[in-house]
Amino acid sequence: MTAKVKLVKRRRSTFLDRLYFPAIVTGLGITFKRMFKKKETMQFPEERWTVREQYRGMPVLVEDDEGRPKCVACSLCEYVCPPKAIYIVGRELEDGNTVERGPAVFDLNMLRCIYCGLCEEACPEEAIFMSETYMVWGAEREDMIFHKEKLYELGGVRAQGVKKWKDK
Amino acid sequence: MIHALANLGLGMLHQPIAFLFGFFDRAGDGSATFGWVIGKILLVLLVTHVILILAALMVWAERRVSAWMQGRLGPNRVGPEGLLQPLADLGKFMFKEDVIPGHVHKVMYTIAPLITVIPAMITFAVIPFTGSFETSGATGDTFIQSWQIADLNIGVLYILSVTGLGVYGLTLGGWASNSKYSLLGGVRASAQMISYELSLGLAVVPVVLIVSSLNLGDVIAWQADNGWMAFHQPLAAFIFMIAVYAETNRLPFDMPEAETELVAGYHTEYSSMKFALFFMGEYTAMTVGSALLVTLFLGGWTFFGLEQLGWAMGVLIFSAKVLFFLFAFIWVRWTIPRFRYDQLMWLGWGIFLPLTLVNVLLTAGALAMDQAWIMWILPLVLIASILIAAWIGWKRDEKKFQPLSDAPGVIPAGAATGEEASA
Repeated sequence: MTAKVKLVKRRRSTFLDRLYFPAIVTGLGITFKRMFKKKETMQFPEERWTVREQYRGMPVLVEDDEGRPKCVACSLCEYVCPPKAIYIVGRELEDGNTVERGPAVFDLNMLRCIYCGLCEEACPEEAIFMSETYMVWGAEREDMIFHKEKLYELGGVRAQGVKKWKDK
Repeated sequence: MIHALANLGLGMLHQPIAFLFGFFDRAGDGSATFGWVIGKILLVLLVTHVILILAALMVWAERRVSAWMQGRLGPNRVGPEGLLQPLADLGKFMFKEDVIPGHVHKVMYTIAPLITVIPAMITFAVIPFTGSFETSGATGDTFIQSWQIADLNIGVLYILSVTGLGVYGLTLGGWASNSKYSLLGGVRASAQMISYELSLGLAVVPVVLIVSSLNLGDVIAWQADNGWMAFHQPLAAFIFMIAVYAETNRLPFDMPEAETELVAGYHTEYSSMKFALFFMGEYTAMTVGSALLVTLFLGGWTFFGLEQLGWAMGVLIFSAKVLFFLFAFIWVRWTIPRFRYDQLMWLGWGIFLPLTLVNVLLTAGALAMDQAWIMWILPLVLIASILIAAWIGWKRDEKKFQPLSDAPGVIPAGAATGEEASA
C-alpha cells in the first residue's frame, strides 16, 4: 500500500483573489469565448451518426453469399437470451437442401432486447449478428416484434470463408 | 457630419413626425387635449407590448445564449433560428391545466403572480426611452425633452417605491402555496429583497444629490452635459448593478428559486399561465432593471451627441444599451455560480450598505464644499477607498487563517495509510 502521492502546497490567496472581480471577469471572458466555438450538437434527423464496425445495434439474421438463410433453428440464442426476446419454432427443410432444419417462426421482440449480444456469441452457425441499426421504432407494440422476413431483410448477405454445409 | 446625416436621412421624416407629435402634444397652455390623451394611450399600448414581447424573446435568448456558452445549439427548430419558440411555449402554457392545489390559500395564490408582473411593468412608465428635437408644442422648445409615458417629477422615488412592491408577489406566492419549499423561497425572497433594496436606494441617492432633481429626464439632461454618471459615481453604478441582479432574483443571487435546494422556490406549486406570469415578471423586472441602470448611470438615450440625429436614434441608442445589459444578465447567469445564503446577506448588509453610506457621505460632502476639482477626484477616491478596505481585510485574514496543509494537526493527504484511516 505505497500509493504514490504528490503533496501539492496550497497557494495562499493573493490580493487579487480576495477582490473576486478579476476572477469573475476572467470567467465572463471564458464563457464569452465559448459562445463562438464549435458546437457539439448534432442536428439529428438531418445529420446521422456513423457507427463503428464493432457497434452492437439491433440483432439481425443473415444469409450466406449463396443466398441461403443460415439459421438452423437450433434455439441456442432463444435459450441464452437474458430477457427472452427471441421466439423460435423450427421446421424440417425438405427441398433437397443439405441443411435439414430452419426456422418456421423467428420473432425478435425489440421491446425486450437489451442489446447484450449473447445471441451473436451463442450462435454456432454465425447466423445472427448485431447490426449497425440503432434506430428501432414502431407505432404499436406489434410493430416492435420483428419477424423472420424482416430480420433477413435487415441482415442481408454476409460472405464467409468456411462453407460448413457445402458438401454434406 | 452628424447634422449632414440628419438632414439627409432622418430629416426627411422630420416634418411629418413633428406634425404627429404636435397633434399628440399638450395644448399651448399645458392642458390636456384629446390628441394628447389618445397619444398617451397609444404609447402605453406600444410600450406594454414591447416589454411583453421582449420578455418572450428574452426566454429564447436565455436558452440560445446558455446553449452557445455550453457548446450546444439551443432551440432552433420553431421558426427561423427558433425565434418562434416563445409562441410555442405560450401555446403550451395556455393549454396546460391550471392546477390550483387543494391546500393553498386560493385568493392569495391567484393574485400573487399578478403582483409580481404589474409593478415590474408599470415601472416602465417613467423611464424616458427617447428625447425630442424642437417641437411645435409649448414644452418642447428645449433640446432635452425626454419622451416617456408619464413625466413625473418624482420619477426616482416612484421607481424605488413601485419596484419594492414586486417582493409581495414572491412572498405571498410562497406563503399561499402552503408548502415548505415555496415558503422557504418566499421568505428568502423577502429577506433578500429588503437587504438589497437598501443598497439600491442608497446607490441612487448620490445621483439625485448631484443632479438635484428626482426627474429622470433631468438626470439624462445632466448626463448629456456632464458625461455619464457612471464616470462620476463608479461605485454607485457598480453597486446599483449588483443590487439589480439581486432584486430581480437572477443568478448569482437566485436564492428564492434555487432549484438545486428548493425544487423551484416560491413557484413550486404553480403551473400553466400562473407560472408563466411569474416567469414574465422576472424577465420584465430584468428589462426594467437594465433600463434603470442605463437611465441613471449610462446616459439613457444619449450617446455622445449621436442622439442629435433625431428621436429614432434616441430609441435605438436606448434599446442597444438595454439589450446589452439584458445580455449581461444572461451572460452572468451562465458564468457565476450561486452564492450561499449567508454570503448573500453578508454582501448586502456587511459590504454594500457601508459602502453606499460612505459613498453618499463623501458625495454630499464634496457637493457641500462646492469645489469643481473635488467632484473630479471623487471617483478616484471612492475606488481607492474600496481597494484599501479590501487590502486591509486581506491582510487581516492572512494572519488569521493558515493554509490547510501548513496548519498543525492536519495529516497531509498522502501520509494516511489504510489502517490509519480506519482508526
